[in-house]
Amino acid sequence: MKVRLTANGNEVAAEVEDRTLLVHFLRDVAGLSATNVGCDTSSCGACTVLLDGRSVKSCTVLAAQADGCEITTVEGLADPAGEMHPVQAAFRAEHALQCGFCTPGMVMAAVSLLAENPDPTEEQVRTALEGNLCRCTGYHNIVRAVLAAASERRPS
Amino acid sequence: MSILGTRVVRTEDPRLLTAGGTYVDDLRVPELTRAARVTFVRSPVAHALITGIDAAAAREAPGVLAVLTAADLDDLPPPPPDDGGGGGAGEAAPLPLGGPWAEPLLAVDRVRFVGEPVAMVITTDRYQGEDAAELVSVDYEPLPPVIGTDAALGDESLLFPAAGTNVAVNFGAPADSATFDGCEVVVEHTIENQRLAPVPMEGRACAAHWADGKLTVWVSTQNAQIARFILAGALGLDPASIRVVAPDVGGGFGAKIGIDRDGLLVAWAAKHTGSPLRWAETRSENLLAMTHGRAQRQVIKIGGSRDGRILAYRLEIVQDTGAYPRMGGFLPFLTSLMATGPYDIGKAETAYRVIVTNTTPISAYRGAGRPEATAAVERAVDLFAAGIGMDPADVRRINLVPPDRFPYTSPCGAVYDTGAYAEALDKVLAGAGYRELRAEQARRRERGDVRQLGIGLASYVEITAGDAAGGETARLVVHDDGTATVYTGSSAHGQGHHTAWAMLVQAELGIDMDKVRVMHGDTDLIPMGVGTYASRSLQLGGVAVQKAAVDVREQARRIAADMLEASESDLELDVDRGLWHVRGDPEASRTWAEVAGHAGEDGLAASVNYTEGQPTFPFGTHLAVAEVDTETGKATMVRHVTVDDAGTVLNPLLAEGQRHGGIAQGVAQALLEEMRYDSEGNPVTGTLVDYAIITAAELPSFELLASETPATVNRLGAKGIGEAGTIGATPATQNAVIDAVSHLGVRHIDMPVTPERVWTAISEAREGR
Repeated sequence: MKVRLTANGNEVAAEVEDRTLLVHFLRDVAGLSATNVGCDTSSCGACTVLLDGRSVKSCTVLAAQADGCEITTVEGLADPAGEMHPVQAAFRAEHALQCGFCTPGMVMAAVSLLAENPDPTEEQVRTALEGNLCRCTGYHNIVRAVLAAASERRPS
Repeated sequence: MSILGTRVVRTEDPRLLTAGGTYVDDLRVPELTRAARVTFVRSPVAHALITGIDAAAAREAPGVLAVLTAADLDDLPPPPPDDGGGGGAGEAAPLPLGGPWAEPLLAVDRVRFVGEPVAMVITTDRYQGEDAAELVSVDYEPLPPVIGTDAALGDESLLFPAAGTNVAVNFGAPADSATFDGCEVVVEHTIENQRLAPVPMEGRACAAHWADGKLTVWVSTQNAQIARFILAGALGLDPASIRVVAPDVGGGFGAKIGIDRDGLLVAWAAKHTGSPLRWAETRSENLLAMTHGRAQRQVIKIGGSRDGRILAYRLEIVQDTGAYPRMGGFLPFLTSLMATGPYDIGKAETAYRVIVTNTTPISAYRGAGRPEATAAVERAVDLFAAGIGMDPADVRRINLVPPDRFPYTSPCGAVYDTGAYAEALDKVLAGAGYRELRAEQARRRERGDVRQLGIGLASYVEITAGDAAGGETARLVVHDDGTATVYTGSSAHGQGHHTAWAMLVQAELGIDMDKVRVMHGDTDLIPMGVGTYASRSLQLGGVAVQKAAVDVREQARRIAADMLEASESDLELDVDRGLWHVRGDPEASRTWAEVAGHAGEDGLAASVNYTEGQPTFPFGTHLAVAEVDTETGKATMVRHVTVDDAGTVLNPLLAEGQRHGGIAQGVAQALLEEMRYDSEGNPVTGTLVDYAIITAAELPSFELLASETPATVNRLGAKGIGEAGTIGATPATQNAVIDAVSHLGVRHIDMPVTPERVWTAISEAREGR
């Protein structure tokens, strides 16, 4: 079937098998390989992207379901001048990534969280990120980074 | 001021955060543009004879290029001759065992664990592979599965009939009752250190290309050079004809040392079929077929006097090494070496047996033998403290090796280099507010609160760079544009090597770290190296980089002296500005670009193979605070306070990151994670739905206290930090949960201390059982 969607502002269209997962469409067709596949049970969140602004696990969405939608991956977060998004900048400043494999999904989940709740408590951050697994950081600095990014965006 | 010791943010991060890493499955190199996909057909049964394989239907399926079985493995060198290793009493564990214990690449006539590779399907695309693999029909004649320690030791069903036993290694001293003579109190307990799955977020992945007599293998590994060595042996190739590349690696935790059976098969198949191939396992495959860790049954026996002095300790281990004796056979050696931990115990004995069972093979997992030692002795100390009615912190302080005893030779034969063990304990107690925590615990006990408080301690010492003599390599080149390149034999998969090595170069040479490129994990560029495991990187690979920098600096001094027409002894390097000048005349100076441009044909470069290092012994204390709901048995971790002393710290940001990750994995073992099998050998935790990886919601923020006792055996003063968190956090957490319900009569709960186990322990204690 034919799938046409917008990925990070660029239109991508291709004829794919009906069963093609969105994450494979993004990686193999759109050439956006930052989004990783970390499990096969929708448990780990490594594949998290924004679909029309809301976070989804792209291993659990068919490409066909995203037809006509706007997708944002971590490659599309920085501004056109290359300036990192506040969440990306906070992840770097707080050492919130090590091997980097969960990072694209984790960043997108954090962006989605802050869109819904711009001023979360530590407990709210921890609960909101429960569906995104990281094996390197113990989450400590990820939580700090999300709180720092929230505080950065808060009007003083 | 030197950049060393400062909180430098990572050079790796902008790329990982904006473009994502390039892991094996992300590679878009020309050699792999037409690569086909490998899908493994794996055994669905734990123990069976293979009586037939019918691949005809699979071969006809859409997109199938080939189906390969053991019968196709006819172009491999013969296995190495039986060296007679294994099976005998009194032998330390060779690894992996050959002879009757040898592990095939594809199963030949017998399968020994669920997930063992039986056939390979090669297709043009990944979905076709999943479809075609289901069409490969394998006939299995079931054999009685050997699951669990007792079944293995019973020797009724054998995994390797030619070996005549399921006990691959038998080592150590028989129990001597006289060891505990003179003890006023002796406590004995059998405890489980359960089987865990490492679960790096990137599973195993491999791609391979064969052309013109050269094999190129991209593999998610901790050690490209070791992988090349293993590939050369397994495929019968000259190492010079193999290039191994480790691109970005999404975590390893010990389970990606070298290259294992599945990766070897991908490389072999690329050569055998002539088609470039890719393989990236699914998570369900990963949980079945990547090696697991831990899996020890331990009998601990501890004795001492009523005033708190520990006089004798015995540790007996049965190590389940799964279906094949890979590195699992070596783990109890390390556990035995570190058995007495940081305590000065007069008499100590260890003994172990290594058994095979119809389960996934066991290998290294973060800590690899040392968390098991610490878990055993820390439980033993708490049981002893309960036995004599003394505060567990006081028992620890009485028995810790005092600072004036270093270097200290333990009764198990380890030589602890430097330490301040009691200081670490007291720092944690003060930082946590131990007395107030105990007071709060007493108030809750007095009131009979549903939510009780538990305080768990673990003091530890571990060994890092145990194989220091294996060394590590570094090559440093300064280019005539003023930049530098480091080629390191060490290997990064999240630790921050690129940042750390660039800091070392800047500190020695004054070349700004932004101008230092770090290359690793490509055997064409770096033929010699060992890589990353055993928390060895900084103390071996880092020292090698620093030595190379010093060598380059002295070469540059000669060149700059020549350029400035001065004597070498008058030359100075201004490290802040990266300029060479004559002492007292800072105006006339030469840049690194100028000096490198003047270096002649060989350029300005140095190579180091650093083999003079020695193992180091990091130490510390963890304190965990748990709240336990006595009605449901659920434990919630509320605080975790630690000292992890790994000598002089190069970059606190990186060191803390290592501690955080280690603590989380330790808490995970104590509370949640366990790889389980049913009695038929079917994994019942084979997906991430069932295998309870710890999440952000189950952890508190950690309270890390600083402590630096420099190592004396290397010039950086560094010890390893990669595994310490796991080693300390596991028993501290377990002890905290048990402590929360100890006033109800509970003395021990095995890990993971799930609500069910806690609730059952409380019920049994109340009923007086």
